[in-house]
Formats: sequence, C-alpha cells, structure tokens
Amino acid sequence: MAGVPIVNLNGVLLVTIQEELLDQSVAEFESDLTEKVVEARARGVLIDVSVLDVIDSFLARTLHDIAAITSLMAARTVVVGMRPAVAITLVELGLTLPGLLTALSVEEGLSLLAPPAGHARTALR
Amino acid sequence: MTTTSDRRITTVVSDFLDVQKDAIVAQWADSSFFRSVAQDSDQAAGDSAEVLHGMRKAVAAGEADNPGAEGFDDLRSLLTALASQLDGNESVSPRTAVEVSELKQPLLRLWQDEADAELLTAGALVLSTAVDTLRLVLVDAALAAAKDTLAIQREQLTELSTPVIKLWDGVLAIPLIGTLDSMRSQVATESLLQSIMTDQAKVAILDITGVPTVDTMVAQHLLKTAMAARLMGAECVISGIRPQIANTMVQLGIDLGEVATRARLADALAYALNRLGLEVGAAAGPGVV
Repeated sequence: MAGVPIVNLNGVLLVTIQEELLDQSVAEFESDLTEKVVEARARGVLIDVSVLDVIDSFLARTLHDIAAITSLMAARTVVVGMRPAVAITLVELGLTLPGLLTALSVEEGLSLLAPPAGHARTALR
Repeated sequence: MTTTSDRRITTVVSDFLDVQKDAIVAQWADSSFFRSVAQDSDQAAGDSAEVLHGMRKAVAAGEADNPGAEGFDDLRSLLTALASQLDGNESVSPRTAVEVSELKQPLLRLWQDEADAELLTAGALVLSTAVDTLRLVLVDAALAAAKDTLAIQREQLTELSTPVIKLWDGVLAIPLIGTLDSMRSQVATESLLQSIMTDQAKVAILDITGVPTVDTMVAQHLLKTAMAARLMGAECVISGIRPQIANTMVQLGIDLGEVATRARLADALAYALNRLGLEVGAAAGPGVV
C-alpha cells in the first residue's frame, strides 16, 4: 500500500485517510506525518477522517499522540469530519480525546489554522 | 398418557362436533360473543365455523387442554383480528371472557341430547376444557395485540419527542422533554449528531427546560452528547437549567466540566451567536412593518 497521501497547502498539511488502516499502517502514517511536519515547516495539520466508518482505540490514541507531537513542533493538529456514529462510539469507549482540536469540515479546519490577521507569512520564514 | 377409553372419548366427541357442526354454528353465531365481534350474521357464522373447526382439530388430536395445539394455533390469527375488533370499542374485558364461556352452554346441551349415558360426563369434560382453552387463547391473542400497539406507540413517542430545530445558520437546538430513559436519550443524541453533520452546525443547544429532574444518568448522557459533538467539531451548550435543577445537580455532585451552560434558551442562543461572531442589536430607527 502506498500509505496515506499528505498534501502541503501553503503551510498546512492536509491528510485524508481514505480507508481503514491496519495498526502497522497507522504507525507508519504517524512517523511519515511527523517527519513531513518538520520538513515542510508546517504550522498546522488537518486530518480528514470523514470517510472512516470505524475508528478503533489505537487510531484514536494515535490521533491524540500526533496532536501532542506536532504541538511540540509548533504545529496545531485538527481532526476533521468525524462521523456521528464514530464520535458516539469513542465517547462510549471513554476516549474523549481532551485537547484535540476538531472541526466539521476541511474548510472550517483551515480557518482554524489560518495565521493570525496581520501576521505576514514572510515573517515566519 | 392416552388410555383406550380416553381415545374413545376423543373420537366420539370429535365425531359429535363434526356431525352437529351446523347446529353448533347456528347457535354460536347467535351468541353474544360472535355478535359483538362480527359485522353481520354471515360473518358471525363464518367465524364460528372456523373456531369450531380449529377446536375440533385440537379435540381430535387429544389436545383439548393445550393452548399450543395445532387446532388452536390455526385460530390465533382469527382471534387476534376478533380481539382487535373488540379493541375499537372496549378492551378484552372480563365480560368477553364470560361471553366465551357462554359458548359452552349450547355445546353441552347438544351433547346431552346426543351422547350415550356412559360417556356423558367424560365428553362434557372434554368439551368444557376445549372452550376454556379457547378462552385462554383469545386472551393470549388480545394481550399480544395490545403489546404490539404499545410498542408502536412507544416508537412514535420517541420520534415525536426528539425534534432537532435549526435556530440559525450553524445553530441547532434540541428541546428535550419528559423523562429521559436510555433509549430516548440515545435516539436524541443520534438525531442531534446526524443533524450537526448534515447542517454543518457549529453550536448545538441541548435544552432541558422540559426535563422534570436531572439525575446522574441524565447528566452523564448530556455530557456524552457534548463530548461526541466536540469530537465532530461542534460545541454543545446546555440550557434550561432552572434553579432547583442546578441545586439538585450540585447536591448530587454532578460536574458538567467544560460544557457551557445557560439558564434560559435565549441566553444559550445569544452565546451561540457570539461563538459564531454574530451580534444582535437594536435597529437604528423605529421598526417599520
């Protein structure tokens, strides 16, 4: 499998998980993504999970870990488009993922990650 | 279990029911039971013929006392229909049970005229048992029908009581009304989360004005809903917390954590609009309608 595609959108890494991932692929995805954050000097990561019918506890924990890791590298992680059934299941499992940023859609997630107004991008580089 | 004499009675009685079929049906069709459930005399005759047929089958099989016998099983759908006929004006009452018992009399009178002296008592016993069993099956069918009705109404109540209302673009409200049992609260949560997704609503208001008491279970449910909404990228506000309810919640040690709460739905809407960066103010001039 080619792994999860990571797209750089002007400083924000957009990741769309397109199918159920095996635990092995989840681990690979985590290390790929964290490396890419450093490489791209990203200020944010958007993880789109709207396709997933199932998010198991391992993937949920990994999402949480990714958010913690990227925040150490000054990039904020937003999980986008979680389905109702998935959200209920995670809550029932006790995985409320405190501190994780969430958004309804990619568009909204991008606006969450937008640089503060008046903050010139050139100043970052 | 069946001795030779038992088998003989069974045969004689079922033959009697077959031979006297028309006489029995004529008398039954005129009985208060069949008259009360049938539209006209033709239908009463048809129904009683069918009931008699089923009863004869059970008697012939030597199972006059078994409500699960094949003959009675055949009658179940007919009796359910008859019971629902009764339902229209009255439920299955003690009166109905008495009316079914009244079917015994014509049967036993005919039997008395027909039977040999030696089989008189034993045969009467079989016939009487068969009618008693018929009564049992009728009550059973009526209860099953009532149970179905109850289940359907319960489902309708669940659907009716959990409407999700769109208050503004991006603001949803769900007014929770009445006692929240686990099934109702689950349905409410599911429909709210589904609407959050389809409407892309950023704020959802859980209004508990209509909930008489908040115990730990209801609070737990509210919290879970709020958490699930947060995972989806929306925020939940709980409104309609009256002073007494707030008091109870504190007494019970319920902590709603980071979930925003407001006393009135209006306050919650104001909060939601504020979260969306919207502002409501007075128009400059007097309003023109």
